Amino acid sequence: MTAFRMPSLGADMDEGTLTEWLKQPGDNLKRGDIIAVVETQKGAIEIEVFHDGVLETIHVKTGTRVPVGQVLATIRTAKEPESIQAVVPQPAPKPPVIIPEAPGLKVTPAARIRARERGVDIQSISPGQDGIIGLKELEGLSQPAQSRSGHGINLDEMRKAIAAAMARSKREIPHYYVGSIIDMTAMVEWLATENARRAVADRILAAVPIIKACALGLKQVPELNGHFLNDHLMRIAEVKLGIGIAMRGGGLIAPALSIPDTLSLAQTMQQLSDLVARVRGGRLRSSELTNATATLSNLGDGSADMVLPVIYPPQVAIIGVGQIEDRPWVVNGALAVRKLATFTVAGDHRANDGRSAARFLRYLAEIFQKPETL
Amino acid sequence: MSSQRKLTYRDAVREAIQDAMRRDVRVFLMGEDVGRYGGAYGCSKGLLAEFGEERIRDTPLAEAGFTGAGIGAALGGMRPIVEIMTVNFSLLALDQIVNTAATIRHMSGGQFSVPLVIRMATGAGRQLAAQHSHSLENWYAHVPGIKVIAPATVPDARGMLWTALQDPDPVIIFEHATLYNDEGEIASEGDLSMPIEGAAIRRPGTDCSIITYGGSLKKAIRAAEELQGENISCEVIDLRVLRPLDAKSILASVEKTHRALVVDEGWRTGSLAAEVSALIMEGAFFSLDVPVARECSAEVPIPYARHLETAATPQVAGIVTAVHGLLRQ
Amino acid sequence: MNQDQITELVKRTLYEVAPDLATEPLDPKARFSVQFEFDSMDFLKFVTGLHMATGLALPEKDYPHLASLELAVKYLAEKLPA
Repeated sequence: MTAFRMPSLGADMDEGTLTEWLKQPGDNLKRGDIIAVVETQKGAIEIEVFHDGVLETIHVKTGTRVPVGQVLATIRTAKEPESIQAVVPQPAPKPPVIIPEAPGLKVTPAARIRARERGVDIQSISPGQDGIIGLKELEGLSQPAQSRSGHGINLDEMRKAIAAAMARSKREIPHYYVGSIIDMTAMVEWLATENARRAVADRILAAVPIIKACALGLKQVPELNGHFLNDHLMRIAEVKLGIGIAMRGGGLIAPALSIPDTLSLAQTMQQLSDLVARVRGGRLRSSELTNATATLSNLGDGSADMVLPVIYPPQVAIIGVGQIEDRPWVVNGALAVRKLATFTVAGDHRANDGRSAARFLRYLAEIFQKPETL
Repeated sequence: MSSQRKLTYRDAVREAIQDAMRRDVRVFLMGEDVGRYGGAYGCSKGLLAEFGEERIRDTPLAEAGFTGAGIGAALGGMRPIVEIMTVNFSLLALDQIVNTAATIRHMSGGQFSVPLVIRMATGAGRQLAAQHSHSLENWYAHVPGIKVIAPATVPDARGMLWTALQDPDPVIIFEHATLYNDEGEIASEGDLSMPIEGAAIRRPGTDCSIITYGGSLKKAIRAAEELQGENISCEVIDLRVLRPLDAKSILASVEKTHRALVVDEGWRTGSLAAEVSALIMEGAFFSLDVPVARECSAEVPIPYARHLETAATPQVAGIVTAVHGLLRQ
Repeated sequence: MNQDQITELVKRTLYEVAPDLATEPLDPKARFSVQFEFDSMDFLKFVTGLHMATGLALPEKDYPHLASLELAVKYLAEKLPA
């Protein structure tokens, strides 16, 4: 029997309201199935189960406000019979990144309790200078519970959540910034040709090759892709790129898009479209909110030329890009009008440095000259 | 709102004795120099004149003897106040206190009790050197069958004696020698008696709990005031009663603040602070953010030279440093 | 399609992309990107919706003609049979 608890869907989340059960007692559950919908400061989030099994009992009625960590349901985990069942080969689900408990991890009893209350993995907290994780180290996570008004996303709450996360980032992460102006003409022209031969519904946004290029670039410069925990960088093999999505009215959220090498541009576009739709409709999944390995902040058209973004802890890098605009440039020794965009990388100086960022930007600059390889 | 009046701790003790003797004819005072001299610390000045030799009794230099006599008087129906000049000399009466006063109710199957009050001065700070500077409250707090109290404020000095005299079992009152000259306020009228159970929060706070008793209380409060200047909010708890300890108040405070420092003038090893620390670990382990700290006397006989005596005993600076340690600063 | 029908179509398509806009005032001259904070994804959905409803090709180079209600109605009126 496993207890299924209210997850923490962000470093600043204290509680959520369970608004809908999508499974009933007796239902079979597979790892990754969406079991319920929870209303939080960031809107309605679909929460996933992490165990195969059968939903045994539901402990919390819909409409109940539940603190992070409280048991929501009990799941009877499945036992595979030892017998001669034909084993159907299935693609193994990617295991979550497991951070082994460092030997000698010193956590005070009070800190352990508070971390459990907030549903925070104590091992994701950096200890203080004396090597101890105490209440002080959990301070940045506390956020007074806010009362909420009605349906949908409460933008005041989201503002406060962003404020807490960004303040913590600036307090704890030594940011450095590296930037490059990249000639996007080849990419833009190639994309126009691509889109011209595609159905309207299959058109690919300019953001998509940028996303793909960043994902490939992060694979090339892995010290930009991971989480900074317990005083060191935990590199992560897969790239889960947080995509900064602005919401009408002023909200901002950066759910993760999983981008394996094998994802085509068309597939990436599809995933992005789906993600944006769910953000706008307020239906995100818990895993999307918590496991980005790096983030892209793309200001988009008609915005500004350059952005110096703020890293979302515990990530160690964030990539910024401004609008693509016609500008004077030098091509083969002569002035020409080219479509230029300013890319920036903000890095966590504890995990990486300007050389890493520069290598990343150089990679981007090169790959955008060969957009067909994306 | 009744008006308040100012008086010294010494005067409060004297008034308490005087008041008790006026109200109850069974009460009498006995001890070395309590009569003609007016008390080694001046606590019975003028009382001989008011009450006479039968009720203010000078005793020989024989602690075992006169303590035993006091036990006998209590068994016989009196309400004696035995003044043992200091805890240092009480060692000579230890057998009487521990083996007789503390055990008679038990050994008699409840047939007899010893309604005795013993008052003793205690502590260091006046350059009285190794044999005259002990803080052995913890030895007495160790023994079942007696109650041990330590009034640290003027209202408690004035009020706890009467309540102690009502108790059918032995009560030992520790008066820290550096408190006698301190001034405090009590109500001008009304019932001034104070309970002899329960600790008191002398200063509410949120960042840590400083738990102390007797002569260390004023040091703890001064340290807390200093720390307030650094925006550190210390809750100061005056234990008041050392046996039985008010575990409930101690634990409630630690559950709130998550950090505890016990200030105890006894030597660190086997101290009352160790008992409080064990209590906190047993009852509030999961609330602790840092191990319980103890600020006690150094493991040396208390020195005679002033600067060495100061160095060997808990002081404001040491308390402040210890609190910083609790906050991992 | 007449002018009114086209205007209705554009509005309907707009509100399919962003239902929350149905209750807000719509300035026909203001660009969607400014008025409603439409980003490229929203705009693509809008264009796709128009394409589905009209069958028109709506190439990317014509996007500037669809940037506001007024512009979109004018463009569609030219392209669509009366």
